[in-house]
Amino acid sequence: MKVSMFITCLSDMIYPQVGEAMARLLARYGVRLEFPRAQTCCGQPAFNSGYWKEARASARTILDAFEDSDFVIAPSGSCTGMIHHYPKLFENDPVMLERAKRLQAKSYEFAQFLVKVLGVTDLGASFPHKVTYHPSCHGSRLLGVKDEPMALMSKVKGLQFVPLPFAEDCCGFGGTFAVKMADISGAMVTEKADHVLETEAEVLVGLDMACLMNIAGHLQYRGERVRVMHLAELLYEGVKGA
Amino acid sequence: MSAGRAAHTVKERAELALNDEFLRKAVRFTTERLRGGKKKASEEHGNWEEWRERGRAIRLHTIAHLDYYLNLFADNARANGVHVHFAETAEEAVRLSLDIAEHAGAKSVVKSKSMVTEELHLNHALESIGVEAVETDLGEYIIQLAGEMPSHIVIPAIHKNRHQIAELLSKEAGYELPPDTTALAGFVRKKLREKFLEADIGMTGCNFAIAETGSMVLFENEGNARMVSTVPRTQITLMGMERIIPSWEDLEVMATLLPRSATGQKLTMYMSGITGPRRSEDADGPEEMHIIIVDNGRSLQLGDPEFQELLNCIRCGACLNACPVYRHIGGHAYGSTYSGPIGAVLTPSLKSNVAEWDDIANASSLCGACYEACPVKIPLHDMLVYLRRRKVEAGYGNKLESAGMGGFAAVMGDAKRLGGIMRLGKLGQKLVVRGGVIRTKLGPLKGWNTYRVTPSLPKRSFRDRWPTLERELAEGLRELDPAVRKRMEEAARAAGSGKGKGGGGHG
Repeated sequence: MKVSMFITCLSDMIYPQVGEAMARLLARYGVRLEFPRAQTCCGQPAFNSGYWKEARASARTILDAFEDSDFVIAPSGSCTGMIHHYPKLFENDPVMLERAKRLQAKSYEFAQFLVKVLGVTDLGASFPHKVTYHPSCHGSRLLGVKDEPMALMSKVKGLQFVPLPFAEDCCGFGGTFAVKMADISGAMVTEKADHVLETEAEVLVGLDMACLMNIAGHLQYRGERVRVMHLAELLYEGVKGA
Repeated sequence: MSAGRAAHTVKERAELALNDEFLRKAVRFTTERLRGGKKKASEEHGNWEEWRERGRAIRLHTIAHLDYYLNLFADNARANGVHVHFAETAEEAVRLSLDIAEHAGAKSVVKSKSMVTEELHLNHALESIGVEAVETDLGEYIIQLAGEMPSHIVIPAIHKNRHQIAELLSKEAGYELPPDTTALAGFVRKKLREKFLEADIGMTGCNFAIAETGSMVLFENEGNARMVSTVPRTQITLMGMERIIPSWEDLEVMATLLPRSATGQKLTMYMSGITGPRRSEDADGPEEMHIIIVDNGRSLQLGDPEFQELLNCIRCGACLNACPVYRHIGGHAYGSTYSGPIGAVLTPSLKSNVAEWDDIANASSLCGACYEACPVKIPLHDMLVYLRRRKVEAGYGNKLESAGMGGFAAVMGDAKRLGGIMRLGKLGQKLVVRGGVIRTKLGPLKGWNTYRVTPSLPKRSFRDRWPTLERELAEGLRELDPAVRKRMEEAARAAGSGKGKGGGGHG
């Protein structure tokens, strides 16, 4: 069975350790990931800004790269969610539409794949820290990834979970929104960071590096020392140390 | 409008709101209360998701057969003795209202809360012919005194705190009123009581129009709509053409969804069903009743597969209360009668001229909280993207952004080019990276770096690291666990058969 890694731009370019953690964790269950090098971006920045022709150019690389994969796993609910928009993006092209539907049916966000497909919740990890969790909007609302991260964290030894107040509120990233509506986005991330600090957690964890880059970037701007990481990183660090 | 008549763009208006601590605090306070109330009420209900689905089904069915149900409603209402009028445009709806007022020789109109009359700017029109129009919903009364537009569909004065309201009402009273809710409401009640008795016309909106009996239904908490619809001699009801539902049985579903979604109430304090003017055996009610059914751009959505569901909206305001953008900028920043996520979609949709869309559809992070909150499941977050796309396709896209997106397509359409750009980026960032991060506020980084730092690119991307990592993992790879293999094969089969949805669709 061919299980492919859809690395997503941010994890490829800025946070390669996230993809690495994901690959190492899956290898522990005998799942061998492969990485099609033809992949680029899911096309979401163009799609959400209304530039669908441009989004299609980018989406085609993803459709080509994963054509013969059985599973496509990404460390992002948002980029996986974008694949779910492909049938709409190619609605007027019957051939591409079929391919888009096939890709959608086999695409998973990382935590979802672990829990829903592999049936794994207890990785035998240990992470003795106070942790809070930001549920990213696209993963939780559009893909319905809500229970999976909770199930995974609940099995981590020593992990002290603190709920994030107003957790379901958007962090203010929203792709180009953060640049186009910088002040509104700034107000949103300020409030999100305030809530993170209220929890007094040492670590903020999530499933989307875009949102985490936003929150971490703001925390760092304020000189706060909360550690921000992807759940795959936390779990890998936890099994390495256990 | 306090939040800036002079401000022309969403950005400018949002900036005014973001700098208004009173406004932000007031909006946060009330939306949190409403959102919490809705959460509690829907949890207590027990089958909320099923009822949302029922609500959606009723609305989809009605709108798909809107011509039939509108005719049925009009026929039945006329049989009840109501004068039914159809207005294609705002001007027509206003003209019809003024004609009725003139014909009745009216000097004053009392109004219960109605968003459609706000949309038509009917108060101004009435005043222009010398008819006094008095809002009798407390929130509407407040914003009328302040000369503002409603900043929330359900709570028009949500942006004001009780101190600001006390100041406003004291001016009206001519003496100082304490910033105490009971005292303020008491003053308004006394004041409005006189207005109810004097008024020649009662003007209402309409929450639902029941096709099978030609009735109209009003939900309210203050009892003012009851006064408006029973005391004056003439009643005028204005309704958007999409307010129809087929039957009283359908109302049960709507009456379950609307108050819970709007305020977290199981039912509003009053729910009135009105079927025609006063009959001989009735103790009260208007002698003459008019219903004006308003199109004003609504039929633009009919037959448009991407926007028809917009007509399903029941104006509960739940999307505003859930919206993290609305929470920070309030309603006036949206610059029109309808605010929040529904307003950001509805306002441009009611107009056909895309050039006037401003950047209202950009005032969203597309988080989907609106869709999740919506009792009839309108995919507003998708519609916002469709609006953006239509604007670009119509040639009104921002030139700089268009060029940027062209570049995006060129780079992202080819992994080799992307690799080249990443190498360039690693070289280029040397100019700006300090201590591992980028803090410069120059050029495109200004917006982002005003509130954050930007991470730098590591020496080696995942792509660069992969060949080594792949070899290492392949060497130590264990056998695939048989149980895991079985689960994977099942999932792959489901995906192949077309039954699989991968990681789920819209939650």
